[in-house]
Amino acid sequence: MLELKDIRSYYGNIQAIKGVSLTISEGEIITLIGGNGAGKTTTLMSISGIVPPRSGEILFMGEPIHEKSPDEIVSMGICQVPEGRRIFPFLTVMENLDMGAFLRKDKDGIKKDLEYIYDLFPILAERRHQAGGTLSGGEQQMLAISRALMARPRLLLMDEPSLGLAPLVVRRIFEIIEQINRENNTTIFLVEQNANLALKVANRGYVMENGLITMADDAGKLLANEEVKRAYLGL
Amino acid sequence: MEYFFELFFSGLTRGSIYALIALGYTMVYGIIELINFAHGEIYMIGAFTALIVAGVLSLLGFNELSILALAALAAVVYSSAYGYTIEKMAYKPLRKAPRLSALISAIGMSIFLQNYVLLAQTSDFLPFPSLIPDFHFLEPIAHLITSAEVVIVVTTAVVMVILSFLIKFTRLGKAMRATAQDKDMAMLMGVNVNRVISFTFIIGSATAAIGGVLIASHIGMINFYIGFIAGIKAFTAAVLGGIGSVPGAVLGGLVLGWTESFATGYVSSDYEDVFAFTLLVLILIFRPEGILGRSTTQKV
Repeated sequence: MLELKDIRSYYGNIQAIKGVSLTISEGEIITLIGGNGAGKTTTLMSISGIVPPRSGEILFMGEPIHEKSPDEIVSMGICQVPEGRRIFPFLTVMENLDMGAFLRKDKDGIKKDLEYIYDLFPILAERRHQAGGTLSGGEQQMLAISRALMARPRLLLMDEPSLGLAPLVVRRIFEIIEQINRENNTTIFLVEQNANLALKVANRGYVMENGLITMADDAGKLLANEEVKRAYLGL
Repeated sequence: MEYFFELFFSGLTRGSIYALIALGYTMVYGIIELINFAHGEIYMIGAFTALIVAGVLSLLGFNELSILALAALAAVVYSSAYGYTIEKMAYKPLRKAPRLSALISAIGMSIFLQNYVLLAQTSDFLPFPSLIPDFHFLEPIAHLITSAEVVIVVTTAVVMVILSFLIKFTRLGKAMRATAQDKDMAMLMGVNVNRVISFTFIIGSATAAIGGVLIASHIGMINFYIGFIAGIKAFTAAVLGGIGSVPGAVLGGLVLGWTESFATGYVSSDYEDVFAFTLLVLILIFRPEGILGRSTTQKV
């Protein structure tokens, strides 16, 4: 479904990704783990077109997207839940959700999806007229995921959804990730520092270090791998 | 008491014009955090366009009201085209550059446009026809407020209502607010940010042009320099109200208009600017984010 072929991306003159190749098939949950500054976020931003790669190719459903603008990429069905949630602080919860459906024209479908989301996260229904910036961290993460779901993405990119949240909330978020994948057959590309949790929900995983993919394997095998255990699982 | 109301209405008129121009400053600042110093020139170009179109139309024998409407329309279209082009030429290439670069580019654009009009037109003051007719039904209060002033205040109010509706309820308005709050995130939601920025410049320029036509026809003369002075005042109004806030621009404009009007009426016209800028300094000391501005600390 998504294929990255040897992409290299820069922030100014600093090379953040030094040749990353990976593939994601439809219906999978794929995780990308690695430490701070490994280039995980840049990889996602390159896919979304915010930091277009300087070289290499990105194919989505066989079509090259690395030269498309971010809004074109969203319209093809790739949506991102960025690091730090990035809720629009002065828009209400409802307006934030509307922004997720920005490119959609099917009013009935939007309404149905909104009900689905209020079902998934009743707290958002309760707070729908509240400004996004007034929600707690966990609620904001729920809103960020919901906002992305409102786009009805075929591929959902998630950047560290567990960051800064209480363990109970993290568990709930990961349950939702699995549920979204199961119920809507949404393909999920999950970037995480919490390698343990990420590898438990994922089918396959990639390990990234210093802008390069250093390991790629089934999630279960990575969980059992001695090197991964030592570096990322703290065992 | 009658004198008070006279000053009140003249301040209201003045404030309305400031508000119309301040809107452009505040909306552009809200979206790309740039003080568009060329904005006053857009207003001046609007006035010149209206003067030329009105001249041609009156030679062709159009009646008063249709001249006003067509001249205003031409000014709006022409100024919007200028606003759009300025953004594409002077600001867009600098969007990723430090903010100071774009600011300098804006000042350069302002100087360029002033001198362009100076060369293409004239350095003299040109008489501007009074396009706003006298309404008979306003005669009972004519000693307090003229028809032109009523037209200015009503037009401003209508523009404000339309603009608030646009920002609050339309898809474009939502995209504008989202872009103002987090540009990258708006892009990740599929918003074409370039288009949103262009629209912002077009809307701001259109309101400035309306202000230009109204005030030129009220005061009765224009030259290439009017944009600079009006621009400084409107910028003050925008900062006073809280730059980035649309209701703030309106409130700032009105407060500034009244301050100037009462200072002129009760003290001396020499002190008009002293009071206006003293007010600005006081606001900046005691409430730096402006009357309706949002403080920058927020939980994100």
